Amino acid sequence: MTSTYEKIATNTLGSATNTLSFTSITGSYTDLVLICNTQRTANAGNPIRFRYNSDSGSNYSQTNMYGGGTTANSDRLSNTSYHEIYGLPLSAAFSTQILNIQNYSNATTFKTTLLRGNNAAQQVIQSVGLWRNTNAITAIEIYVAADNMSAGSTFTLYGIKAE
Amino acid sequence: MANTYTLISSVTVGSGGAANISFTSIPATYTDLLVKLSPRFSAASVNKALLMKFNSDASTSNYKNKNLRGSGSSATSGSDEGYAGGYIAELNADSTTSNTFSNVEIYIPNYLSSNYKSFSVDSVMENNATTAYATLAANLWNSTSAITSIIFSEHTSSNFVQYSTAYLYGISSS
Repeated sequence: MTSTYEKIATNTLGSATNTLSFTSITGSYTDLVLICNTQRTANAGNPIRFRYNSDSGSNYSQTNMYGGGTTANSDRLSNTSYHEIYGLPLSAAFSTQILNIQNYSNATTFKTTLLRGNNAAQQVIQSVGLWRNTNAITAIEIYVAADNMSAGSTFTLYGIKAE
Repeated sequence: MANTYTLISSVTVGSGGAANISFTSIPATYTDLLVKLSPRFSAASVNKALLMKFNSDASTSNYKNKNLRGSGSSATSGSDEGYAGGYIAELNADSTTSNTFSNVEIYIPNYLSSNYKSFSVDSVMENNATTAYATLAANLWNSTSAITSIIFSEHTSSNFVQYSTAYLYGISSS
């Protein structure tokens, strides 16, 4: 059987960490899926952020819709230097983030990402992100702006082949 | 290259319906679980609530939820908690368009870990009438036990109708 859904790399934090990266991402897949199961050490509810190819320029935007248990909301982030998902819980609880990055290896179009965040103590959020860059994505940086992601947080990058 | 996305088990409800859909003895050989359901309930209602229990845990305090729901006329958010299982979504019942089944996808990362289990839910129930729902939900099971079984049921004990289906996949990062 041809395998169309393959693990590229995985990382389980052995200690509290601020930043981690997946680098040298091969261009041999069609789409990428990033699964994060996370907790942070302080500042409950603050976001986790993502950058592609180490680009820290103001080249990212995203449109969000989210619900915190009382109202449904939508807002935007324009000209940011990252994609982000609110919010990560503290001790005991964990959260789940799922990124779908379609057609990541083409060198013609800007890159669109579907971002999903699940924190049952805070909110559910679904976003669409745009990285205004035509380069193939070869690296993903994952970080929190302050404090750290907790030991035991996991990050797995999968590749999907359209064959 | 190892196949990372494997069907563990599937269920198709037979004639007469079924009160539950169960996956038991889930092997501890994967990293994440993914469940895809196409259910419909037998009840004189438009929509009925799907619940999910891990390891037969029916504690009303162990499942947390935040959801975002569109009904065709408004968008709302809620915390559907206090059920004897994790609240998944409102799904099709008898008073919706005939032959119409809901779609549900549940992603459960790190189902073997000793941390509380966070999981993600996407669902839709379509109906050629004024009441239909699309729901996104963040859920948490407050347990450090590895997940070894999953049981789906309706909140008020309505049956799944014939041809309702559920597929359990294991996803491996090893």
